[in-house]
Amino acid sequence: MLDVTDLVVRYGKATALDGVSLHVAAGEMVALVGPNGAGKSTLVNTLSGILRAASGSFTVGGRLAQVPEGRQLFPELSVADNLRLGAWRLGRRPGARDPRRIYEILPDLARMARQPAGTLSGGQQQMVAVGRALMADPDILAVDELSLGLAPIVVADLARHLRELNESRGTAVLLIEQNARLAFDLCDRAYVLESGVISASGSSAELGRSEAITRAYLGGLTGTGTS
Amino acid sequence: MTAFLSYLISGLAIGCTYALVASGFVAIHRVTRVVNFAQGAFPVLAGLTVSSMLGRGLPHGAAELIGIAVAGLAGLVVGVVAIGKRGTPTLASLVITLGLGILAYAVEIVIWGDQPVSYSMLTGSVNIGGARIPTQYFLVIGVTVVTFVALALFFSRTYVGKALSACASNPYAARLTGIDPTRMGLVAFTLGGLLGGLAGVLITPLQPVAFDSDVLLATSGFAAAIFGGLNSAYAALVGGIVLGVLQAFVAGYLDAAYQTEVTLVLIILVMLYQSGRRSALTEELA
Repeated sequence: MLDVTDLVVRYGKATALDGVSLHVAAGEMVALVGPNGAGKSTLVNTLSGILRAASGSFTVGGRLAQVPEGRQLFPELSVADNLRLGAWRLGRRPGARDPRRIYEILPDLARMARQPAGTLSGGQQQMVAVGRALMADPDILAVDELSLGLAPIVVADLARHLRELNESRGTAVLLIEQNARLAFDLCDRAYVLESGVISASGSSAELGRSEAITRAYLGGLTGTGTS
Repeated sequence: MTAFLSYLISGLAIGCTYALVASGFVAIHRVTRVVNFAQGAFPVLAGLTVSSMLGRGLPHGAAELIGIAVAGLAGLVVGVVAIGKRGTPTLASLVITLGLGILAYAVEIVIWGDQPVSYSMLTGSVNIGGARIPTQYFLVIGVTVVTFVALALFFSRTYVGKALSACASNPYAARLTGIDPTRMGLVAFTLGGLLGGLAGVLITPLQPVAFDSDVLLATSGFAAAIFGGLNSAYAALVGGIVLGVLQAFVAGYLDAAYQTEVTLVLIILVMLYQSGRRSALTEELA
C-alpha cells in the first residue's frame, strides 16, 4: 500500500529525513513515533506532495489522505463545507461531495454540520479533520499527531473510530505520534524516527518491551497497557 | 435639497463603481495575499474596448460583454505573470502587478491613443424631488446590487467559491485536500478583472476614461477595499459608497479638484484607525 525507500528530504542545507524506508501493507495500522523535530511531519508532508524529496522514492498504491498536525481546518467555513472540500480530488463523481456518507461513520459531525469549524472544541475539530480526510475515500490515512492537545478520553474516542474504520473498511492507517503508548496500543507495527533516521522498527509489542524505547518514550514503564 | 439629492445619487452611483473595483482588490487579496496594483487598468481597458466595439457598430450588450471579457482575460494574464510561478514571494508579485499596470498605459496608448473616450448607455433621466437624475445612475446602482448578491451566492453556494474561501482561510490545508492555491489565485485574478471590467463598463458613460484614469479608479477602489482590511467585499461596498458620496459632496459644494485629496485623506484615516485597533488588540493579547 505504501512503500518508502531511502527517502531524503532537505530544508536548504539541513537534512530532515536521511534515508528513511518503511512499509505499510493494505489494511494495516502502522505507527511512526519519535520526538519533536525527528522529521515525522516532514515525512507525511512529502507523502502528501507538499514537500519534495531530494532523493529516494515512495509509492502509494491507492489514494492517500492526510489528517494534518494541528487539525488545519477552514475555520470560517461550516463543518459540512470543510467535509465537502475534502472530496476535491474526487472531482464530479456522483455523491462524492455529500457529507452524509461521513455522518454514518462519525455521527457526532451531523449535529454540528452548520457550525463554523473554528468554533468547535479541539476534539471536535480533530474529528472534522479525520472526516475531511475520509471524504477523499482514501486507501491509506496518514494521521499526524492525533492526540496533540486533546484530553485522554477524547483521544480514546478518536482512536476507537480509527480502529473501527480500519476494521470495517480496510483503510490502512499510518499513525504519526509522539504519544508512543497510544501508537503501540492502536497499531500492530511501529517505526521509531529519531533525527531523520529510522532507529528501530518491529511489532508494537516488541518495541514496547525494548528498554531504550520505554525509557525514551514510555517513561521507563514496560508493557503496553490499554487506553 | 434638489442639489443635495442630485449629489447623493450621483455619489451613490460612482461609489458603486468604486465598490466593484474594490471587490476585485478583495477577491485577489483574500486568495493570494497580493495587493493588485494593476486593478485600475481593468476598468480602463473595459471602457476603451466597449467604446471601440460600439464604434465598429456592435450593439449594446454584446459590446459591454466583450469589454468585461477582455478585462477578465487581462486579469488572468496579470495573475499568470504575478503568481503563476509557484513560490513567488508576495512582495515580488505586488511589484509585478505595478509594472504590468504601467505596461498597460503603453498598450492602451498604442491601441486607443491618449484622448478620453466615452459612450452613452442608458439615456434619459428621472425626476426625483425636483432633481433630474440620469437613468444611468440607477442602472449602475442596480447592476452593483445584483453583482454583490451574485458574489455572495458564488462564494456561499458553489464548490469553486468555497474552494476560493478555503484558500483564503488556510492555503496549506487547501493543498492537502488537493486544491491548488495557484490555480485558485488565477481564478481570483480573473474574477478581479471581470469585476474591474464591469466597473469600467458602467462608469465610462458617466466619466470619460483615458489610459491614465486608472489612478483615480485604483486609489478610490483601494480606499474602499481597506474599509474591510482588503478581506471583506461587503465592507468594500460600504467603503465605496461612503467615498463616492463624500467625493460628490466635496465636488458639488466645494471644488471637484479636491476629489483625489478626499480619497487620499480617507485612506490615511482608515489606515490610522485600523492600525490603532490592531495595536489595541495586540496589547490586549500580550
